[in-house]
Amino acid sequence: MSRPLYIEGGRVVDPSQDIDDLAAVLVVDGRIEAVGADISKPDDAETLDATGLTISPGLIDVHVHLREPGGEHKEDIATGSKAAIAGGFTTIWAMPNTDPPIDDPAAVGYVRAAGRAVRASRVMPIGAASIGQQGEKMTEIGELVHAGAVAVSDDGHPVRNSGLMRRLLEYTQTFDIPVLQHAEDPGLTHGGVMNEGRVATELGLRGIPNAAEAAMVARDVLLSELTGGHLHVCHVSARQSVDHLRWAKDRGLAVTSEVTPHHLILTEELVRGYNTQAKVNPPLRLEEDVVAVREALVEGVIDVIATDHAPHHYDEKEREFDDAPFGINGLETAFGLCMQALVDPGYMTLSGLIDRMSCGPARIMGLPTGSLRRGAPADIVLYAPEEKWIVDPARFHSRSRNTPLAGRELTGRIQTTIVGGEIRFVAEGDA
Amino acid sequence: MSEKRKESGLGKDLVGLENVSGETIQAILDTAEPFKEISERAIKKVPVLRGKTIVNLFFEPSTRTRISFEFAEKRLGADTVNVAASGSSVVKGETLVDTARNLEAMRIDMVVIRHGSSGAAQFLADRIPSNVINGGDGQHEHPTQALLDMLTLRDSFGRIEGLKVCIVGDIVHSRVARSNIYGLQKSGAEVAVCGPRSLIPTRIEEMGVQVFTHIEDAIQWADSLNVLRLQLERMNAGFIPSLREYNRVYGVTQERLDKAPREIVVLHPGPMNRGVEIDSTVADGPQSVILSQVTNGVAVRMAVLYLLAGGAPERAEEAKKGEE
Amino acid sequence: MTPDDTQQVLDARGVDDALVTLATEIADGGAEGLLLVGIRRRGVQLAARLAEILERTHGIETPTGSLDITLYRDDLHQIGPMPVIGMTEIPTEITGARVVIVDDVLFTGRTIRAALQELADFGRPRKIELCVLVDRGGRELPIQADYVGIKIEAGERDLVEVRVPELDGDSSVTLVSATEAK
Repeated sequence: MSRPLYIEGGRVVDPSQDIDDLAAVLVVDGRIEAVGADISKPDDAETLDATGLTISPGLIDVHVHLREPGGEHKEDIATGSKAAIAGGFTTIWAMPNTDPPIDDPAAVGYVRAAGRAVRASRVMPIGAASIGQQGEKMTEIGELVHAGAVAVSDDGHPVRNSGLMRRLLEYTQTFDIPVLQHAEDPGLTHGGVMNEGRVATELGLRGIPNAAEAAMVARDVLLSELTGGHLHVCHVSARQSVDHLRWAKDRGLAVTSEVTPHHLILTEELVRGYNTQAKVNPPLRLEEDVVAVREALVEGVIDVIATDHAPHHYDEKEREFDDAPFGINGLETAFGLCMQALVDPGYMTLSGLIDRMSCGPARIMGLPTGSLRRGAPADIVLYAPEEKWIVDPARFHSRSRNTPLAGRELTGRIQTTIVGGEIRFVAEGDA
Repeated sequence: MSEKRKESGLGKDLVGLENVSGETIQAILDTAEPFKEISERAIKKVPVLRGKTIVNLFFEPSTRTRISFEFAEKRLGADTVNVAASGSSVVKGETLVDTARNLEAMRIDMVVIRHGSSGAAQFLADRIPSNVINGGDGQHEHPTQALLDMLTLRDSFGRIEGLKVCIVGDIVHSRVARSNIYGLQKSGAEVAVCGPRSLIPTRIEEMGVQVFTHIEDAIQWADSLNVLRLQLERMNAGFIPSLREYNRVYGVTQERLDKAPREIVVLHPGPMNRGVEIDSTVADGPQSVILSQVTNGVAVRMAVLYLLAGGAPERAEEAKKGEE
Repeated sequence: MTPDDTQQVLDARGVDDALVTLATEIADGGAEGLLLVGIRRRGVQLAARLAEILERTHGIETPTGSLDITLYRDDLHQIGPMPVIGMTEIPTEITGARVVIVDDVLFTGRTIRAALQELADFGRPRKIELCVLVDRGGRELPIQADYVGIKIEAGERDLVEVRVPELDGDSSVTLVSATEAK
């Protein structure tokens, strides 16, 4: 067993225990032993000086694309999980839309094992909901869960067939896992490359209307009501989707949802000039949508923030807008962008943000992390919440650099990331 | 000898009319006037672009636009090369960025690009030092078509300001419509569009455009109709049920034009589907200026080539200093 | 610019006299196939006045045309924004005609070279002659005028200003010396 770790001098923000105070944190055997202002430091403990920093439970991202297998030129499990700890994420959930998709137990086991071997962020595989993500036949969900899958999803594509979605929401209840739905009616998005609206009209680009998402969300919450299954709606972007989610929350349905950092602050205007870095699905929408998803997140109608980290090789983005792939590289800018979108302007407290990025995901997904309570795995992040920094994609730990935020100033910098009591990331240029 | 010289207001490229001022549009149309005469000469060629190399880079088939550009280039004395790249870059196997780098390496002076993806002309313009002229990009813009439409309107009415122009048909998929909207509005005209809602883009009203869903209403309102080609693919993609029905509901017929309160001038960017969006009696009738559009197309393109060839702003600065 | 540095070469009367003389010389060559082509801008007005004199004094009715040589200049690639182009109008068939090019000032000869090239694109005249109001010397090409109103010795950087009533309100020829010329 390693030496105990004693983190002193910092401000502890842990919404799961309602703590926001100067305090020390003691980690023993990879778990939280104590948090408090007056705990004593064991003689054999290693000390970590957190003066001027804030200490919170490690961030959890339930939606990332690690691209392995099949897309290793964009990212792999090693580079992706290193990008995660650099962004303060101690747990990431890996989407199964790889090539081939993660639709059998061996593939799930591979992602788990490869993730463990990197010793960066915890990597939890999501299994495909349908074989080959074809949207036709359900995968062996029990086997996937047995191999380590924490959820099922056909992300990248929606589960279009209502009958299949119903069966998924029913069958997954045996294993107590959620169905993660990329809500999109393909009949309404066919060929669309950006938000349908004025900018698309001016640029002559095919649009994806809000209704493409909201219609699917409406169907799915009704199916959750019908079945009682846990529906988790991925990357909510449209204000009309929020109405359906609120309806579900009001009825106490087993419906949760996430919003990405980019949908909380960026709008379709960023696409002007055919900026492929701003090409993402669901697309960046209007200010009124940004306001709606932000308010929903503050209110708790949307439960958590997830990055939808979607790395792409620069060649793939350096082309005609129609031909460039969707996606934003999100792990290393998520915290800073959320600080800027939510905490700086006063929509949320820092504690509120930590809830949405750490405690909340743990709560809705039933994870033991996302808290500094005694006995919890010692997944901890130390950061300077007010420090300004400029996004330089060349310094990303991710293999890809695709971000519309290059050169933008963000607030809040990750300093140290601890997973299971082990210090796995320390920001460069600091002792 | 002092010499009158006009800032063309164009930068390095002509990618669209969205970012071109009304004054500049006026300057292009004015410059096109003397170029009309060159095409009437025994020897239809002036040496103004002698020694310049121009590549016509066509990723989409287009006989009409390519020939018009080629005539314009040749009548200005340039050396031209036509590159017909079939299909998208994906099919071709070379990316547009590689195509751009190759062109740059060959030190060509100008590129006319026609491409199926919106933004492709801008993409190229941002990456090469040559002048780039957009010969139509996806559903975005087709600036020289709008300029020739405007020159034709100016020939017919003696002005553009105050005119009411309605663009009829498949607006959603039309780069001609967008360029015309920008160009006409900047020149003081009122613009409307007319067609079934399934062929009208979302929120186009926010561009200051009136929307008619009935052709009869458009005819009551307009001084001129610019009738767009309806492509067969639109029917197959389910935007409209059939060409026959489209003709019945939106076809520009003589009977409909006869109910107009004034003589309406009819434009069509071509190629026409006679009996679909426009009837032959209209296309061949006295209200049609469709062939003048073709003639004006060469003059306008000559004007654009001429102005861009001398439009380098840093050279303009030098030239000014030299004159003082 | 002070009056001392500006020397009037011809006043309105002087210009008129010069034009009458020029018209007479042109008329000596006969009326057959005669076509006057003025070079934009001031050559056009001078050509019109010559035509008027030819008709009034010599009974010769001659068509006049105008030529804008901008597109044939040999220095277009060196200058910045492209100059505004005027209309070129040649009213009759020039093949077989006796074309007299009319311009205000003959200097380097480059304008005339461009005009000759442009005329060739309209056809093949029997003969092309050149008529200028002022020959200021300083040729850079082997080009000479057939009819000259007045010959003056101007320095390379001096300015010869020809004013015509249609564009300038009055009629004169002035030499502005280089030291004061901007």
